[in-house]
Amino acid sequence: MRETFIDTTTALLDDDPRTAVVLADISVDGFAPAVRRHPDRVVNVGIREQLMLGVAGGLALTGLRPYVHSYAPFLIDRAYEQIKLDLDHQGVGAVLVSIGGSYDASAEGRTHQSPGDVALIDTLNGGWTVHVPGHPDEAAVLLRTAARHDDPVYARLSGRANADAYPDAGTLRVLRRGARATVVAVGPMLDPVLAATRGLDVTVAYTHTPRPFDAAGLRAIAGDRVVLVEPYLAGTSARLVAAALSDVPHRLLSLGVGRAEVRRYGSPADHDRWHGLDPASLRSRIGGFVNG
Amino acid sequence: MTLATTTRPAELMAALYRLTGDEKHAPAALSTLDVLWVLYDRILRVDPARPDDPDRDRFLLSKGHGPAAYYAVLATKGFFPADWLDDLAGPGSRLGHHPDRNLVPGVEISAGSLGHGLGLGVGTALGLRAQGRTAPHVYVLVGDAELDEGSNHEAIAYAGATGLASLTAIVIDNRSATHGWPGGIAARFAVNGWTTAEVDGRDHDDIARGLLTRSPDRPHVVVARVEPKFS
Repeated sequence: MRETFIDTTTALLDDDPRTAVVLADISVDGFAPAVRRHPDRVVNVGIREQLMLGVAGGLALTGLRPYVHSYAPFLIDRAYEQIKLDLDHQGVGAVLVSIGGSYDASAEGRTHQSPGDVALIDTLNGGWTVHVPGHPDEAAVLLRTAARHDDPVYARLSGRANADAYPDAGTLRVLRRGARATVVAVGPMLDPVLAATRGLDVTVAYTHTPRPFDAAGLRAIAGDRVVLVEPYLAGTSARLVAAALSDVPHRLLSLGVGRAEVRRYGSPADHDRWHGLDPASLRSRIGGFVNG
Repeated sequence: MTLATTTRPAELMAALYRLTGDEKHAPAALSTLDVLWVLYDRILRVDPARPDDPDRDRFLLSKGHGPAAYYAVLATKGFFPADWLDDLAGPGSRLGHHPDRNLVPGVEISAGSLGHGLGLGVGTALGLRAQGRTAPHVYVLVGDAELDEGSNHEAIAYAGATGLASLTAIVIDNRSATHGWPGGIAARFAVNGWTTAEVDGRDHDDIARGLLTRSPDRPHVVVARVEPKFS
């Protein structure tokens, strides 16, 4: 999806004079043609993530629409106070676009992983939209849409993708209907969830936009058992499910990345297994919950 | 330290007393007073009737601590009514101990946590340039102790390397940095290609001279020395 981001944003730079891109050395090569055409609107600050966000805040204060990009741990974790103060507290927005997610960079180790990014965004002003596209075609649409307003947006782009794109899944989109539970899959968790629940009598609903969370949509489809499957920290959206169903008796199983640092390298698929997010683990955990 | 060309208007001092009551002014508030007055009285192209004019100069108070002098100057220049000064940090007040741009006309950035203004200033300068607005100049005021924050040095290095000439930093040096700045603060900027001026932060003509001696192709820093905070 990094290529999708580069292509989409490069086209926006050509078409929309408000678009700006702020980089901290990551993905600079991909933006080389854009830099040549728009040297004043593609800014590479070097390996300076605090400045990257400060510059984004300043650009937004002058009326531009900055797209700010790096690996999630550098963009969100490292520059968290700049996001809080240089964007939120100033009352301006930006489009933060990360790659790497929870453990796309599994072989790089913990320093390059950010399972807590969406939870950190959740501590901010509440006006943030969070996109976790499950397919490059979704990412392209979401990134283009973000150019049309000034509100804060976080787009979490993963190297992992589902087979099919559902660009209209900004709210919960039901892909399979069943009676025993409702399984909510976010972004790239959809295909593992579809594989894990094959033959189970459950509803599967998908979204690429967990913030704002589609509370009304969930109320409309949820029975008394809900399973949440997210590609970042387990339970990140649990409070929103609880709020959506606060007056309805229900049980909730929240699945996602565990908090314990595994201290192992390996592949993303290995980490899926270690966090119980591969189809076999998901089937076991969801099946037990549904039948329990 | 000469006070020869320091004339603080009675109106400004009345605003300051109105803000601080009978309490002694915090040193941080007073350390910036003369520089702020010179900026708003002689340098900045800003109009309180049009605080959102896109072609205005931008003044970013990064050192948001002790903003009494800032509020007094803004009120004196007509950015907001003087009676706002009477309830500093009260429950209904727009004026707090750290300024909020969303609450106070003329305040360009919300500040308080140190080390944010220079980065926002770099972005502001870049954003104006990208939109072809060559008239506005961007000024950022920091304190010498605030420079301890590493985020400043990201901005100093970048602005110097790219020759961001529409940016001027003003460092109020009351020697309050815990470990000091060996070799001087100006040298810290000069090594990254900034032009520098060192002025008496109480001498209005000297402050104005330092602000006006910038070059057309490099960012500029004015180090304004005032009496030490701890002496």
